[in-house]
Amino acid sequence: MLLSILKKLLPLYCLTFIVISCNNSNTSNNASKLVNNADTLFGVKAAMANIKSGKYIPLYGRDSQLVTINSFQMDILPVTNANYLAFVKTNKRWRKSNIKKLFAESNYLNHWKNDTTIGNEMNANSAITNVSWYAAKAYCECQGKRMSTVNEWEFVAMANENIADARKTAKYNQQILAWYEKPNTSNNPVGNSLKNYWGVFDIHGLVWEWTSDFSSIFLIDESKNDSSTNKKLFCGSGKFTKTDLMNYAAYMRYAFRESLKANYSLQNLGFRCVKDSMINNEK
Amino acid sequence: MKNKAIHFIIIILFFISISACKNNSNGNAETVIDSGYSGESIFNLKGNWHTQNNETIALSALQGKTLVMVMIYTSCKAACPRLVAQMRDIESKMPTDKLDQLNFVLVSIDPETDDPKRLKAFAIANNMNAPHWTFLQGTKKSVQEFANVLSVKYKQISPMDFSHSNIISVFNTKGELIHQQEGLGVNNKETITTIIKEIV
Repeated sequence: MLLSILKKLLPLYCLTFIVISCNNSNTSNNASKLVNNADTLFGVKAAMANIKSGKYIPLYGRDSQLVTINSFQMDILPVTNANYLAFVKTNKRWRKSNIKKLFAESNYLNHWKNDTTIGNEMNANSAITNVSWYAAKAYCECQGKRMSTVNEWEFVAMANENIADARKTAKYNQQILAWYEKPNTSNNPVGNSLKNYWGVFDIHGLVWEWTSDFSSIFLIDESKNDSSTNKKLFCGSGKFTKTDLMNYAAYMRYAFRESLKANYSLQNLGFRCVKDSMINNEK
Repeated sequence: MKNKAIHFIIIILFFISISACKNNSNGNAETVIDSGYSGESIFNLKGNWHTQNNETIALSALQGKTLVMVMIYTSCKAACPRLVAQMRDIESKMPTDKLDQLNFVLVSIDPETDDPKRLKAFAIANNMNAPHWTFLQGTKKSVQEFANVLSVKYKQISPMDFSHSNIISVFNTKGELIHQQEGLGVNNKETITTIIKEIV
């Protein structure tokens, strides 16, 4: 009796075994191609701009101190829906239905139809949003890239089309603030803005972007006062004052970053990747 | 006899297929492996940590005990001593026969300075050398990720100093966050009650 059941099961088992192993080896071949070719974004070429090293005083940081930025490369475009789709096709744990709650709140890919289909009204060529910090980090690391630091991002963001630091030009601030007032820009396609000084598109104008160290932003004043009225108290001699009162747009970005938690997945928050430059980092 | 032989073949095939899966899931091809941890568990975090006893562990090694966690750095002069005092106060309110069900974990936000040796010296100097105290040194990256899990903000403000938020977090034995208290000089009572509920 048992023998006959086993005899029937054996061919069935062998068949499934072959099917499973074929599937597995297919995915692994694709993946190893991606790993070997770090500059290829899951079949979509992600062009990067060279950002030359420099020094500047960011809005917030160690009090009024010059920050040195080593040269690096930045994706010229934000990561798009199509790019992210390619990512989750290979990396199943980042699919909507597989995502661990630790790594993303329930809004994660909220606007997608299912694991591998973006929403009907969505544009494949617009920036991916509703992704958490962890997801952005995994996406970039998967290709040998990383997220930019706040200081790197702000360094690129202070350029207009013509100069590297346009923060003192009135038009620069007006344009950014005009965007902040415009609703629902996240579904516009990427790459339609003016190219900035570095050759980077859409740093302003479409979506906000994750940074690796967003959680290092404290907007609280220099006080270390530990009365019970002050909810957050800090160690050390942190002293954060605005070094550029005029730069209201940047203030909004810092305030936004401060309000984030790493598992947040928001409709107006996307990301792009950077990597360290091969060019030597002197001056 | 024949029966046994077929059995044997099936078992062999089964193991071959398992090893085939494992071999293929290398590199970045992430197959979804059910770790057995819930989606909220901190044991889903990858990466290795060094303890004050110079052991290398994954966070999942902390599974099975109720965890009381805080982020500090040993060269800190201002808030950390008070945070450490709060941890010791919580510990002192625990029934001594239940201490083996607990793990008080202090994670350094300054992994470049706080190596196992330094952490061990800190543990001894602060009378936190019993087995239910664990000090962890990660990497810059793993510390950043872990701080994000705890919603702890921190920033290096000089070579020796960090600004950081003061949060004590309690996790159940499965690594799920069940309670957080924020601030210095706050009453530990609620945290203590939460922990005692967990261990009894």
